[in-house]
Amino acid sequence: MTDRIGRWPGAELGPKDLESGAVTTVRYRPEAKFAWSAGEAMSRFLAELQEGRLIARECKGCDRILFPPRMFCEECFRPTDTWVHVRDTGTIETYSISYLDTDARRIIEPILVGVVSIDGASPKMGIMHYFGGMTKDEIRIGMRVKAKWRRPEDRVGSVLDIEHFRPLREGER
Amino acid sequence: MRKVAVVGAGMTLFRRRLQETGKELSFEATRMALDAAKMEIGDVDAVIHGTAPDAFDGVHMKGEYLLDGSGGRRKPYMRVFTGGGTGVFSTIAGYWHVASGLADVALVVNEEKMSSCQPHPQSVFAHIWDPILDRPLKPNLVWIFAMEMNRYMTVHGIPYEDIARVAVKNKRNAVGHPCAQLADPNITLEDVMNSELMAWPVRRLDISPPSDGAAAVVLASEDVVRKRKLRDQAAWIKGVGWCIDSTMWTDRDLFFPEYVNRAAKMAYKQAKITSPRKEIDFAEPYDPFDYKELHHLEGLGLADKGKAGLMTREGITERDGDFPVCPSGGLLGVGNPIAATLGLKVGELYWQLTGQAGKRQIPNEVHTGVTQAWGDLMQYGCVVVMGA
Repeated sequence: MTDRIGRWPGAELGPKDLESGAVTTVRYRPEAKFAWSAGEAMSRFLAELQEGRLIARECKGCDRILFPPRMFCEECFRPTDTWVHVRDTGTIETYSISYLDTDARRIIEPILVGVVSIDGASPKMGIMHYFGGMTKDEIRIGMRVKAKWRRPEDRVGSVLDIEHFRPLREGER
Repeated sequence: MRKVAVVGAGMTLFRRRLQETGKELSFEATRMALDAAKMEIGDVDAVIHGTAPDAFDGVHMKGEYLLDGSGGRRKPYMRVFTGGGTGVFSTIAGYWHVASGLADVALVVNEEKMSSCQPHPQSVFAHIWDPILDRPLKPNLVWIFAMEMNRYMTVHGIPYEDIARVAVKNKRNAVGHPCAQLADPNITLEDVMNSELMAWPVRRLDISPPSDGAAAVVLASEDVVRKRKLRDQAAWIKGVGWCIDSTMWTDRDLFFPEYVNRAAKMAYKQAKITSPRKEIDFAEPYDPFDYKELHHLEGLGLADKGKAGLMTREGITERDGDFPVCPSGGLLGVGNPIAATLGLKVGELYWQLTGQAGKRQIPNEVHTGVTQAWGDLMQYGCVVVMGA
């Protein structure tokens, strides 16, 4: 068909065609607001964050410590059993050095962001977070890190109660 | 289950911005596919429409909104959405309609119009994240690709140039594609490696562009193929598979797409394929980023873990190589209108297997091809094996 078809449909527009009024357009800005109930597992998780602690759920079916915590185990498909505190230290599993902000705008000072697996949880279980107290040349996969908590009075019950994960110091737990 | 063939395909141009509405683009692609299959809309028993999140269009019942364009009016009709996987998954949905005997002819139509979202579709990708765990960090979609690419490169010690070569190959392959948005016959490895750093290790030319476009394929039962004398233009669906992992993507090692591997095993089992690299002649894996082609070749069992980059470096995956990969030019070269990549994946398998790929035709004879798409929060894979 690639041989036989003469016309491939579609009329291309340039970047300025919409603004210049060269094509007819209709504009709209949606107004949508949400308030999510955090649910059983996440409500406790967020409350613990405000206290400067990380918490997980244990599943006795598969003997895993599930982090972030959930009230049911997706592997065994049964309710999880108990709350277990885990450490605020961990290992960088992967990361990016981003020159894009959340809206894909270019930034000069890069954001260090990645996945940290948490000590005390089952292997490879972690969260996405920022990294700080290190340069883009120092960060590496396998680096040991620890949460840098915000001051208690500044915590609100959010993953942002941790400012970032910083390098674990020699002899520190 | 009954045998099912693709008997016609169509697609529009892929461009950053097209004048036509989603409905109009759907109509154009659908009309082309019907003409190719020598059918009219009355011959179609069921319609499956694939399209990505409603937020791109700002129309919150997109399947219904688009159905007139895809020929779904007054027919059994469904809209499917499996993230980026929609590009191949809608054909699987069409397949089960015909294989089960519920339909003799099914039309599969995929559309995406990303340009309506202002100023850039990136802003609505912000709504795919977990509202409690991820969203407070204001993640950018490129971040997760960068994290997955870094993990993949680091675990295997893959040099960046082995990944960048995929972008060069696909953008050059796209030169033969009449719908291509980013074909470049002169692009070099240095161009990709020196392009703007977006989120290390991802550079600008590692990424496929957002696009507008539509594509369609017509699926028919063996009876229809025989009665309508369509055997010469039929490519048979030999196996299908699909699999999804948890959205808790920070709880798994990103170096290997286990869910793609499971989907591939399901499809190979049905197609009675035991050693995929020997029994399959070419592949159209999902390539929204260059490293994804390699990641997916490994998930599909077409390369050993960590070795897909070597295949690219040695030229094995070139169109005239031993095992061509993305002869269409892929998403990197032709464009990435999410669901409409159907035209580059299932569509390319169809055109290659029936000898209709024109300038893109693989010089070696091909009998069996595999295509795959991927999506959601690094968790979804779907696979279709086809044979002439």
